[in-house]
Amino acid sequence: MFLQHLLNGITIGGSYALIALGYTLVYGVLKLINFAHGEIYMIGAYLGFILISLIPAMPSFLQGNLVLVLLVVLLFAATICSLYGFYLEKICYRPLRGAPKLTPLISALGASIFLQNFVMISMGAKDRIFPQTIGMQSISMGGVSFTLLQLVIIFSSIALMALIYWFINRTRLGIAIKATSTDPFMASLVGINVDTVISVTFMAGSFLAACAGVMIGLYYGSINFTLGYLGGIKAFTAAVLGGIGNVPGAMIGGFLLGIIEALGAGYFSSDYKDVYAFFILIAVLVFRPAGLLGKGVNERA
Amino acid sequence: MNGRNLRYDIFFYLGMLLICVPFLKAHTAYMPLVFLGVWGLRRFAAFAEENRKITSIREQMVSTVQMHQRLTVGIILAVALLVPFASSNYLIEVLTSAILYAILATALNITVGLTGVLVLGFIGFYAVGAYTTGILTAKFALCGFWVALPLSGLVAMLFGILLGIPALRLKGDYLAVVTLGFGEIIRIFLTNINGLTGGPNGILGIKRPSFGFFTLDHPRDFYWFALAILALIVLMVARLVNSRYGRAWIAIRENEMAASALGINVFRKHLLSFSISAFFGGIAGSLFAVKQGFISPDSFTFYESVLVLCMVVLGGIGNVVGSVIGALLLIAVPEFLREFSMYRMLVFGAVMIALMVFRPSGLLGSRRITQEIKDCEDEGQ
Amino acid sequence: MKGSNILTTDSLSVTFGGVRALMGVSIAVREGEILSIIGPNGAGKTTFFNAVTGAYAPTSGRVFLADQDITANPPDEVARLGLARSFQNLKPFAEMTLLENVLIGREIHMATGMLEAILRLPAFHKDEAEQKCRARELLAFVGLERRRDHLARNLTYGERKMLEIARALALEPKVLLLDEPVAGMNSTETGFVMELVQNIRLQGITVVIIEHDMKMVMGISDRIYVLDHGELIAEGLPHEVRANPAVIEAYLGGGTHAPTH
Repeated sequence: MFLQHLLNGITIGGSYALIALGYTLVYGVLKLINFAHGEIYMIGAYLGFILISLIPAMPSFLQGNLVLVLLVVLLFAATICSLYGFYLEKICYRPLRGAPKLTPLISALGASIFLQNFVMISMGAKDRIFPQTIGMQSISMGGVSFTLLQLVIIFSSIALMALIYWFINRTRLGIAIKATSTDPFMASLVGINVDTVISVTFMAGSFLAACAGVMIGLYYGSINFTLGYLGGIKAFTAAVLGGIGNVPGAMIGGFLLGIIEALGAGYFSSDYKDVYAFFILIAVLVFRPAGLLGKGVNERA
Repeated sequence: MNGRNLRYDIFFYLGMLLICVPFLKAHTAYMPLVFLGVWGLRRFAAFAEENRKITSIREQMVSTVQMHQRLTVGIILAVALLVPFASSNYLIEVLTSAILYAILATALNITVGLTGVLVLGFIGFYAVGAYTTGILTAKFALCGFWVALPLSGLVAMLFGILLGIPALRLKGDYLAVVTLGFGEIIRIFLTNINGLTGGPNGILGIKRPSFGFFTLDHPRDFYWFALAILALIVLMVARLVNSRYGRAWIAIRENEMAASALGINVFRKHLLSFSISAFFGGIAGSLFAVKQGFISPDSFTFYESVLVLCMVVLGGIGNVVGSVIGALLLIAVPEFLREFSMYRMLVFGAVMIALMVFRPSGLLGSRRITQEIKDCEDEGQ
Repeated sequence: MKGSNILTTDSLSVTFGGVRALMGVSIAVREGEILSIIGPNGAGKTTFFNAVTGAYAPTSGRVFLADQDITANPPDEVARLGLARSFQNLKPFAEMTLLENVLIGREIHMATGMLEAILRLPAFHKDEAEQKCRARELLAFVGLERRRDHLARNLTYGERKMLEIARALALEPKVLLLDEPVAGMNSTETGFVMELVQNIRLQGITVVIIEHDMKMVMGISDRIYVLDHGELIAEGLPHEVRANPAVIEAYLGGGTHAPTH
């Protein structure tokens, strides 16, 4: 039983981690919480839905192969979503670069509302059901039942995290992002184009969030335009839990949150499932705002 | 307008069109028109900023309102008092709703506008106030409305203090999210503690207040009652603003370190503004409970918090009269645009963004335009 | 007006991460004197002010105001106890008028509470009138009274510096810490500030100044302390310090010229 919950938790946790990475990366470069990030995640899920609905129209050699299908859908959805991230930053954040903190936060809220309703008007307010059975057969091993899909999701999440880790630490652009997170002014003096870096950060975060969206959509089988709100808050909790601004922290925080949620829902009550995240959030912010891996997030003054 | 700019703009909008395509299906044809409209608006906004005449007309309008504040308020009050005689009951109900939101916006303005602290879950205090009244007067019938009203405010204030003590030590972004969490937790608990709150069905049968034999059942009577309370609260808040408290709050908003060095206990002042906001929020909630006659957790969602925040921002951060006007606009105008209600939120979101990008100080600005113009005249510009 | 130490620090140290900004600084300020703290840039002078006023919590060491231990007291408490400061990178409240700026400084002297404010009782009006009067006096003292209803953000640089001082004085402090009060000013303006500081001292307020402008430092200081790399390297009367080889070395890295400006 415990292992079952653990597995479920890791599956969800992987997605939380991917979305959390988006929050943490943007916070790192802009010192700003991107409230609209959850909606990007939701858009990713919907894009996945739209693309998967097109499967019957795809060439037949694709149709049988789960991994390939997932890959193609992920790629498309994520690319389009990263453009959403780009536009989001360009329209809602860039003009407000120097403004007091309240202004971009409200702009983010506006963007969040706009995107949510945009999708609602377009795709309807009711849940959309994912077309069925891609790897949904149950496999049982050692008292734990899981599906091939779950394995694929877990594996993909980890692969994506490895990808982003490599990107941040081994490529020039990634290192530029780290530099900008540390000190934007110095970074610009050294010749880094801060605007480009920020755009890329948003795009990368959105890419990951979209992947998470597609995977969650496939996992739960149905999606709704309110997905972004709750998912966003939970992922933000995960990012804060691990230490906002800290990349490995976001990954750990995501998995941890997923596991705690699954265990809580399994052993206590699933009514309050969503509350766990809020409680963890408030607890972390009050008792250890720096999170697990963060260092000295300053309180006032 | 040079060619490169134009080309960049075209690519920009083309890209946006491209990414919207998956969602648009049949409506794709409209998008170029929408973009044209948006592009046109942006061009106009840029043009307007450059053009001194337009900006000066705008400033003139705002400053006239500002300079004759007493007169403006008097006119608004007179109109507000007389409106019910010329309106249908339905319209009166809408206006009463606007009044309740105006109270909320004025309350929120103290924390968000004056003190500069972003609060995202403010509706939680509204809920606490409403449920306190509902539980005391209807569910357990412990006392009448006139006792429940101040109690609702006090209970909400208590929650404000309990939340504020840990939360107000945090930095802006985190604080905002914690308040968001508060709002949500309140809603979730209200939905689940059936014994106390009636669960998802809420509380029914809340009666209108009465003075002896006269009950405020008629929409018109209740409207005037709510208006009186709004006027009272606005007066109190305005007086606080023009006192050492208002000054201290604004100083904190401007620069905490400097305020601290001048002897102001920043944390305590934060807590004060937060509690007062919560108190008035609770009062508004109490009025809401008796207005509707029933309450349920669905009335207190995050969307409502955002709505109130929009009103504060729209009217002008820190501007007391602005919050009232913001509330009026955001409640009354959509009523007249009922057919477009589906697009209402979409427009809300877009307007919020546009407002922040083009005019972060809101319609009436923070309360300083009058002075600004006087300064300019002094320098002989 | 002489003799007792009104502000003392005992081995005050402040360390940020790996940086030792202040190391064992012990300073004694005598009541009623004008004391200057000088030193090359980065010597830790502003850090010293911050540690004394509670903006930073010192890593070790103590701070005493008269006989009271105020080490690591929060800044607002320190202000209430009578220690006021101005800031090097000016922090006027931009959206408020000059009068309101100074009124913030009068906050700790206000007598009425919220009830009186809401009900607009006579006590409230009296309190406000008194404090506004006092604030106008302070603005007049620094020469800004005429502009009292102008927004702080429309001031020139020099005027902002004057506002800083007026605001700090509004606390009616026992000790006034001025952080580079004449930076960026020409010699006329500097002369005005020098006179101002002497007038402040005549009112019984002890003044501690951080400055680079040697005309001012040599012109009005009773004593000077010199900081370099977070440590105290010299102390004494102006002419003593000026000729002190350690001080000259610190400023110019060797050579025989005294610090000039």
